[in-house]
Amino acid sequence: MLLNVNNLNCRRGPKLVIANVSMSVSAGECIILRGPNGSGKTTLLRYLAGLCDSADIKTYDNSIAYSGHLDGVKSTLTVRENLNFWAGIYATNSMNKVIEKLNLEYLSNNLAGELSAGQKRRLGLARMLISNAKVWLMDEPTASLDKSTSALIFEAINSHCKNDGAAIISTHIDLDIPKSRVLNMEDFAVKGKDDDDPFLKGSYQ
Amino acid sequence: MKSLILRDLRLALRSGGGFALTLSFFLIVVMMVPFGVGANLDLLARIAPGVLWIGALLSCLLSLDRIFQLDWEDGTLEALATSPIPLSGIATAKATAHWIITGLPITIAAIPLGYLLNLETESYIWLVASLSIGTPALSFIGAFGAAITVGIKRGGLLLSLLVLPLYIPTLMLGAQCVTIGSEAPIKLLALVAAISLLCIALIPFACAIALRANLK
Repeated sequence: MLLNVNNLNCRRGPKLVIANVSMSVSAGECIILRGPNGSGKTTLLRYLAGLCDSADIKTYDNSIAYSGHLDGVKSTLTVRENLNFWAGIYATNSMNKVIEKLNLEYLSNNLAGELSAGQKRRLGLARMLISNAKVWLMDEPTASLDKSTSALIFEAINSHCKNDGAAIISTHIDLDIPKSRVLNMEDFAVKGKDDDDPFLKGSYQ
Repeated sequence: MKSLILRDLRLALRSGGGFALTLSFFLIVVMMVPFGVGANLDLLARIAPGVLWIGALLSCLLSLDRIFQLDWEDGTLEALATSPIPLSGIATAKATAHWIITGLPITIAAIPLGYLLNLETESYIWLVASLSIGTPALSFIGAFGAAITVGIKRGGLLLSLLVLPLYIPTLMLGAQCVTIGSEAPIKLLALVAAISLLCIALIPFACAIALRANLK
């Protein structure tokens, strides 16, 4: 087992957004978070990444890589310089292999500021690969990307899971990953005291 | 941590990096003083230590919001916070890089500027010593202010209000150490060193708490 969550409650600011989330993630598994906007997908991923403190999350080898809505790319550095920086942070020497795998060789000397949105996303994904983390947490990794770039990202996730990694992803797209399962965020939604108010729902007009 | 310092130095030297901004601001502030005060060499010599120290302090203040804000805006800070490096280590690396980009060039530039302000010959050694020992405190205290205000857009005013009172002991002791005729400058220098060491030892942990709260 790589990650275990036991009755986790997540807050966004002072507001409790989701409650009693329990799950365990083993090697090879991919968990897909589904739910409408505001249902707590990002909040849950941020808790799992350790950005919010919680004693209800247990990681077994403490290797988690998180990719949020932003790619963490420095526009005034080249692609290679950006990756070299992350290779130094994660103390790995897999940078050249990752550049080759994600087909970033022809862009390696370009400034990251000159890249398209899809290319920047690939650069963000390269950071995940460089990290050598077992568990990937990805928040809408294919937002605003075309089909071929989305396919490349899902192929990388698939390959990561096949190599005894695991991934927790929030996405609206169906993935073709063998050991994937869906976690419906609405099952953990916390009902506010006004949620059943017909006036607020707009029934009375 | 080494790669974080090297990356920050590289970014500072690239376009819009802020290295030239800090140094040129220091040069402009100090060079304007003789024009404003007039060609009274005795007066210039008397106010030179204070002017140089205030110039260093304001130049340092100018670049503080860049310490964490740019990394916050492009998602790097979130990624760094989930990396194996602890947040206190990240804060130490960022404050160190800030000192190399601001404190070190200011210390070097202060020597020719001291000549411009008719600084007494025997004061140069104390000027270089006090700036090189005192400016790390400015960078680390500034990093703390920057960590507290990281999520606030246009938080420059709040950052200045937070940091300036904390700068006052370093400014007073540092400038007094350079002033000719001051008693026991070595003791004043030791106090400046003590402030710097205290800041280097404790502030990274305070920065980590502030960053953690802002990242939630």
